[in-house]
Parts: sequence; structure tokens; C-alpha cells
Amino acid sequence: MNHRIKSIVPQLLTLLFVVAVIGFFTINAQLNMDERGIDFGYGFLSQESSFDVQFSLIEYDGSHSYAKAYLVGLLNTILVSVLGIIFCTIIGVIVGIARLSPNYLIRNTAAWYVEFFRNVPLLLQIFFWYYAALRALPLPENTEPLFGVTYLTVKGYYIPRFIWENFDILIYSILAAVISIVFIRNYARKLQEEKGQQLPVLLISVGIILIFPAITFVTGMVQLEVALPVLKQLSKTSFIYAEGLSVPPELLALVLALSLYTATFVAECVRAGVQGVSKGQKEAAASIGLTPNQILKLVVMPQALRIIIPPTTNQYLNLTKNSSLAAAIAYPDLVLVFAGTALMQTGRAIEIVSITMLTYLTLSLAISLLMNWYNKKIAIKEK
Amino acid sequence: MLRTLKTLMYLLTSIALLVSFETGAFAAKKSKTLKKTQKMGFVRCGVSQGLPGFSNADASGNWTGVDVDLCRAVAAATLGDSGKVKFFPLSAKERFTALTSGEIDVLSRNTTWTLSRDADIGLTFVGVNFYDGQGFMVRKSSGITSVNQFKAGVSACTNLGTTTELNMRDFFNSKGIKYEPVTFEKADEVVAAYDAGRCDTYTTDKSGLAAQRIKLSKPNDHIVLPETISKEPLGPVVRQGDAVWEDIVRWSLNVMIEAEEYGITSANADSMKSSDNPAVKRLVGAEGELGAAFGLDNDWSLRIIKQVGNYGESYKRNIADTGILPDRGPNQLWTKGGILYVPPAR
Repeated sequence: MNHRIKSIVPQLLTLLFVVAVIGFFTINAQLNMDERGIDFGYGFLSQESSFDVQFSLIEYDGSHSYAKAYLVGLLNTILVSVLGIIFCTIIGVIVGIARLSPNYLIRNTAAWYVEFFRNVPLLLQIFFWYYAALRALPLPENTEPLFGVTYLTVKGYYIPRFIWENFDILIYSILAAVISIVFIRNYARKLQEEKGQQLPVLLISVGIILIFPAITFVTGMVQLEVALPVLKQLSKTSFIYAEGLSVPPELLALVLALSLYTATFVAECVRAGVQGVSKGQKEAAASIGLTPNQILKLVVMPQALRIIIPPTTNQYLNLTKNSSLAAAIAYPDLVLVFAGTALMQTGRAIEIVSITMLTYLTLSLAISLLMNWYNKKIAIKEK
Repeated sequence: MLRTLKTLMYLLTSIALLVSFETGAFAAKKSKTLKKTQKMGFVRCGVSQGLPGFSNADASGNWTGVDVDLCRAVAAATLGDSGKVKFFPLSAKERFTALTSGEIDVLSRNTTWTLSRDADIGLTFVGVNFYDGQGFMVRKSSGITSVNQFKAGVSACTNLGTTTELNMRDFFNSKGIKYEPVTFEKADEVVAAYDAGRCDTYTTDKSGLAAQRIKLSKPNDHIVLPETISKEPLGPVVRQGDAVWEDIVRWSLNVMIEAEEYGITSANADSMKSSDNPAVKRLVGAEGELGAAFGLDNDWSLRIIKQVGNYGESYKRNIADTGILPDRGPNQLWTKGGILYVPPAR
């Protein structure tokens, strides 16, 4: 009995403390808001926002609601995060493997890269790319084309725009290709398990994913038009590229900074993962006659991934949260559009900040869930 | 039992009486904010992060500007010394939260008075110390001389969370022009972006354009277009819920403007005590009991005029002599063709 009380009392006290703290802040906020005549509510979300946003993935202008403005900011945050995660993974894997290279130059270049970008504060790097690197770009009218049809200027990166006809058919064809590949892989596995025959699965898969959409083009079901950027004069000395797609320099700077910074951490995760697989495993694999490629694919990587995934998940979460630094360089992410402009125009600090916090929490949890699912999938399955 | 009840009743009545006496006699004149300010010994004043002519700090941290002078006037009135002000540089985004959360007590930061700000978010605007309007700055070399020459695709740099952002939309919408808004939190970032050619035009209040132009690498290569696209009455703001403090700030401003109207300056304020005009005598505290209504002494207005000067002096010192806007335009007294007109201090 005594023992039970001893274990319950501290827990009760902690609970009481937490409730009291939350209660204090709630009551305090309520009293002060009452006193200053500020009402609390989320009704403003349906009001007309009456401000425009520089860059949006969905159709939006000031005649839409604050809720839509929130969505614009959220999508821009997700865009930066997804692009950042993709690029930081690519760079991180390459650099991480390069750090293990037997070549002195490659190994040390990778090490220097990691040490440099990891140890300079991220905000400073964002400022560097935005204010130093991208601001030094030429004006649109003085720009030489990059890759023939794109233009990197101080006003943004102008690229061709694809105008699809019957885009949905293309999507269906890709879906069909993916489903066929799944069937073929299952068949190939069965074939190997039962008869020991091997099919060139990779070759077949690549073929299918190319051929299926290609058929839709050849038959004319899907049509593609490319709108190239065309120089347009706004005034005597001001030009832009119209027709094409414009990637704002703010987005470029942010993706560059986020992926280069986070890639250093991913690289370290990859290096640690590969080094974490014991030497005996590789030697054993070699002794049963596997080729170096097979060793990497069948023995090293499956084990290394188990070590790499959990810390890399953390880096993806960091990148997503760090994307809120966008507000410093005018990229219209969730913080700038919603917790910035919308908060200012409505004055509803508590409501908007709470929604923003909840959104980042949800985003992070979603990424965690996805990565945990993947982690479980590649974990050792004990039979 | 009955006795205890009786005692309790007695006690309650006396407490109620005491409370009503408290509120009736003192609280009406002494505001909570005023009490706090006098206890701290300085006025907490929210200003901009650097807008020449309005609120700008020099290299040694001395603040100057017409918005700064308003805070100094409040300090002179309430604390007796115009130097007893603590300045809080705030971005447009931070300013209202700083005020409503009680971090500052006066917001004097070129802030536009609008209905939604006044009514919606726990703020009260007390007056106008600068009548402004939104304009556009462009490069001279662009050949643009009127806002009607803007074309679709134009990019416009401005400050985040301002009325400018909203007016800009109204303006371009009414012209049917698709534009690219690029919004920064700090004014310096906006100027830098425009300077680097990120934007074709820089839009904000015309006074702001005039003031920020000197920060550009080649100020003379840029012009402010003649059109004004909005009304921007800028003025000081206080928190809602302290009517007496609101009155103190409002009348600190009004006294400065009325002093100019009656020709009272920092130099001649003392000698004006023997003026024949009762309105003048009231302003310098030689007649009437004006300060008592706020819980202040009778020299409060005299101190404002002596230590800070009248509105005209403040304007000349901060905006005209610095070359920002030598012409007072609408910010001239109503008696001289402007629209500065304040209720009488009596």
C-alpha cells in the first residue's frame, strides 16, 4: 500500500502541475483579451484575405479567403520541404559514399564539404545564396540562356512550361505501368524461388515505364506543347521572360541552402550506416561468389539502411521545420503568408500562431509516420 | 449565527464602499498605464526600425523623428522629462502584438489608421500626426512617368503586413494588371531588393519613399511617381481599455499642433504665460486646470512645448531640414491651407 502511494503521488503532483500551468496561461490570456476587448475565434478564416501572394501552387488572389491563403502557404512550405528532401538525399548519399572512397581527392573533398556546410549557421547560408549569389545574377535582358531554353536572372529562373492535353490519360498509363511492374516482379521472384531462373527485372521495369506513356503520345491521346520563355519589355529598361514558368529566386535560394546544409548530415548518416555493416558480412558475401554489385545490393545496403533511416528521418524533420526560415527572404511559405501577413492583417495572434504550430506538428508527424513505416518494412523480419 | 451574518454584511458593505470610493476618486484620473509608467520612470514607446524623419536612430543610438517626438512629448507630460523614453524598434509585423501584449505603451510607428485595426484587434488610434498616401518609386531610366504605364508582369517590392500590401492589390486589380508582390519584413530588405533590380517598383507611403530613397546606391537614378493611390493617415496608437492614457497621448499630440497654431514655440513658451489670449495661457498652464483631468500637474503642456517644441518645429527639424519632404503639403495647419485641425485644448 505504502509503495503504491509512493509511486502515485509524484505522478499526481506532476499532472496537477501541468494542468495548473496550462490553466494559468489560458485564464491569463482570456482575462487580458477580455480587458483589451479582443475576441477569440476562428471565424476570420472565411473572410476575404484581400492580399496577394507572390508565388502559389493553386489559384489564389486576394478575393479568396484567409483559409485559402493558409493553404497557399502550406503548399509552398510542402514544396520547399519536398524539393529540399529530394536534393539533400541525392547529395547526401553521393557525398556519404564519396567519404568512403579509396581516392584521396574525392574522400577529402567530401570531408571538407561536410565540415564547411555543417558548421555555418543555416540562416547565414540562406542569406548568402539569396543576397550574395542570386542577387549578383544579371538582369533578364542581359542573360545568356542556360541549357538553351532556360534563363537564370536576378528576377528568377525562367524555364519552359509544359502544356498538357489529356494529362490524366498520361497519369493512368503510368499507373498501369507501375501495376504491371509489380506483377512482373512477383512473377520473377516466384520463378527464382521455384526454378532458380533469373529475369532481368530492372531492364523490363524501365522498359515498361517508358513504353506505356510513349504509346499514349504516339497514338495522339496525350499531347504536349512547350511554351518557351520569351523576353517581354515592361518599360524602357525593365524586362521579364513571359510565357514560360518563373521560379522565384527566393525559392531557389531556400532550396539550395536547405539541401546543401541538410545533405551534410544525411552524408554522415550514410557513411555511418555503411561503416556500421561488419566487415565479416562483406567477406562472407564475397566468399560465396557474389559480385561486388550484388554484395552492395543484397548484403550491405539492406543492413546499412536499418542504421541510416532513423537518423535521416530526423534530418528530414529538421529540414521541414527549418524551411520556416523562408520568411527571412520573402519566400511566401506558411510562416510568411499566414503567421506573417494574415496575422498582421487580422491581428489574431493566438489563433493564427496556434494553427501554424499545429500544422508544423502535423507535417512532422506525417513525415515520421512515413519514415517509420519504411523503417519497419526494411527491418529484420524474424521468422 | 445572526451575529456572524451581521458582521459579514457590515464587512462586505464597507469593502464595497471603499472600492467605489477608490474608483470614484482616483482611478478615474490615474490610469493603470500612467501609474506603471511613473513607477518605471520611462515611457515605453514602439518605433520603426529606421525610417528617417519619423523614427531613426543615429550611430550613437539617439532617436529622432516626428514619431519619436510624440513619445518624447508623452514623457515630458507624464514624467517631466522628454528624455525618459525607452524606444523599442519594431517591424511592421511585430508592432501590434507588442502593444496588445503590454510590451510597449505607445506605438508611434508611422502606422495607418484603419477601421479594422481600430475596431478589431484591441487597439485605439488617438490621432493623426502625418497625413500620407501610398506612391510608387521607379528607376528614372525606365521611362515610366505615371502609374498608368505599368504593364502585366511588373514586380513590386514592399513591406510585409502593411496596408501597402492591400492597397497595392486594389490598385493593380482596378487596372487589371497581373503583378508579382515581393514582401519583406524589414524596410532595409525591401530597399536592397529594389536596388538590386529584383523589383521594377518599390511601393510604400510617399513619405517613406522619400526617406528610403537616400538609402539607395544612386538616389538620383530613381523617381517617385506623382500619383497617390491611397489615404494613409499615420498616427500614434495605444492599447484599448485605458481611456485616461489614451487621452494623455491624444492631447500630447494635440497640444503640439495647437501650440503651433498659436505661435507658441520652445523658445517663447515661458514668456507666453503673460499673453493676453486665454487659449495661449491655458496651453502654457497659466490658466485653467487642464492637467488635473488626466491626473497630471498643470505644467504638463508647457513641458511638452518647452522640451519637444510645437508640431511645426518638430516637422522642420526632422522632415523639412533633412530634405525628406521640405514641402508640408497637407501636413500644414488648417489656417495655412493644410488639413491639420485639432479640437481646442480647453
